[in-house]
Amino acid sequence: MAKFLSLADAVAQMVHDGDTLAMEGFTHLIPFAAGHEIIRQKRRDLTLIRMTPDLIYDQMIGMGCAKKLVFSWGGNPGVGSTHRIRDAVENGWPCALAIEEHSHAAMANAYEAGAANLPFAMLRGYIGVDLPKVNDRIKSITCPYTGEKLATVPAIRPDVGIIHALRADREGNVLLEGITGCQKEVVLASKRTIVTVEEIVDNLGTTSPNSVVLPSWTIGAVVCVPGGAHPSYAHGYYKRDNSFYIAWDKLSRDRDGFLAWMDENVMKKGPDAFAVHAKGSAA
Amino acid sequence: MADFTRNEMMTIAAARALRNEDVCFVGIGAPSAACNLARLTHAPGITLIYESGTIATKPNVLPLSIGDGELCDTALTTVSVPEMFRYWLQGGRITVGFLGGAQIDRFANLNTTVVGDYHKPKVRLPGGGGAPEIATNCGETFIIMAMGKRAFMEKLPFITSMGHGVTGKEREQLVVRSKGPTKLITDLCIFEPDPQTNEMTIVSIHPGATREEIIENCGWSPRFAANVSETPAPTAQELEVLRDIQARTKAAHGA
Repeated sequence: MAKFLSLADAVAQMVHDGDTLAMEGFTHLIPFAAGHEIIRQKRRDLTLIRMTPDLIYDQMIGMGCAKKLVFSWGGNPGVGSTHRIRDAVENGWPCALAIEEHSHAAMANAYEAGAANLPFAMLRGYIGVDLPKVNDRIKSITCPYTGEKLATVPAIRPDVGIIHALRADREGNVLLEGITGCQKEVVLASKRTIVTVEEIVDNLGTTSPNSVVLPSWTIGAVVCVPGGAHPSYAHGYYKRDNSFYIAWDKLSRDRDGFLAWMDENVMKKGPDAFAVHAKGSAA
Repeated sequence: MADFTRNEMMTIAAARALRNEDVCFVGIGAPSAACNLARLTHAPGITLIYESGTIATKPNVLPLSIGDGELCDTALTTVSVPEMFRYWLQGGRITVGFLGGAQIDRFANLNTTVVGDYHKPKVRLPGGGGAPEIATNCGETFIIMAMGKRAFMEKLPFITSMGHGVTGKEREQLVVRSKGPTKLITDLCIFEPDPQTNEMTIVSIHPGATREEIIENCGWSPRFAANVSETPAPTAQELEVLRDIQARTKAAHGA
């Protein structure tokens, strides 16, 4: 059964230096509060896995948490570059960052293979492109029935998976609705898991028997952090803060400005700082 | 004729390429504007799909990201991301993939990964995202990109997604059954693949643009079809609908 912990305790117990860590949420439900806690606890040498690194990994990489990034699209969606990731890749600041790059289809398949306890994923992909020339983890297999050549990538089996969900009940079962990305796959593929939620309720209030519910016994720790997905969003709670994503372009462009913002808004704050966003704009 | 910008002409020409019966996988940015313009004008029955899992979505404002809540709120249904890529894209359900890019070559291969050497990049771009598989698993692909010498390149530093391959013959050699890029819509003109060579060839020039301008803004020496037509100018209705949705979008994102 999932334990109910504070965010500081959950990160201290579950996330260690050198871990492979996947924090998912496809634009929706990105676990920003958990990312900030990892930054505050100064984890180092992490291998960070995410389809879209987004601002959360831009911040963690800019603060020196990572030695490697596994990803498939590394921009600020609709805005432009993730400047801190670029600075790490192009200039090694604040430390060198190795990259392992895939396509979205390959990563989605790799998470699914992880959840399904398979060693690798197979897809009709990477055809006629250069990525397999620079990423030797991309290989191929011949279909034993048709002879078709198909691309393969290793399953993703993180040490730790972290997601943000809408709510949990008092037993620690959690609910996701809306754009659910590959969060279910990440939780089922990871050795240890943390789920942050908007609220803890008596009854999950699922809208359909097919809503995505992860049973308590699949989760390591549940942490209540209202607003914890800001500036991404939580379906039915608050909207994506698109103006913050636009503003981040300027805030993150130079190193000093970035460090000042992080000091003010992350290092000197705690998870409670996110609560204000939960009450922002009802989605 | 109403006044219009070249960017508006590009978006409107791109929208016109879509059909009411299409099932379209929509890239973010310019493709998203064109696809929603089509839906709000001549193609009300078009099915728009975004890689975040939203199927048959009808956003009232253009999303900033590929997974804005607006897309889910107005969708017929929303599926997980693995399901989207496996069952819907790889499953062959999509008739048109609509892509943008940072750099393109004469066979409509796209680079959105890197400028310079991959391991020592001069400029690190976002990467492929959904594009590598959109480019081969959709029935055909349309590409929308403004022209310029740094974007329209003789040789790409990196191929992120395949158009017709480096020689124009790779689709056939690799047994890819989808058609690949059948239209490249720019701010100056429209390209389509030559039936023999697959080289992207200018078939229509937008009102106000000239052959000289197109040549000046292209990194290779572009081919013109035997019969080049003039793209019809935007209608008042097309411009009004496009400007309306862009104004609603700007107000919504608080930019």
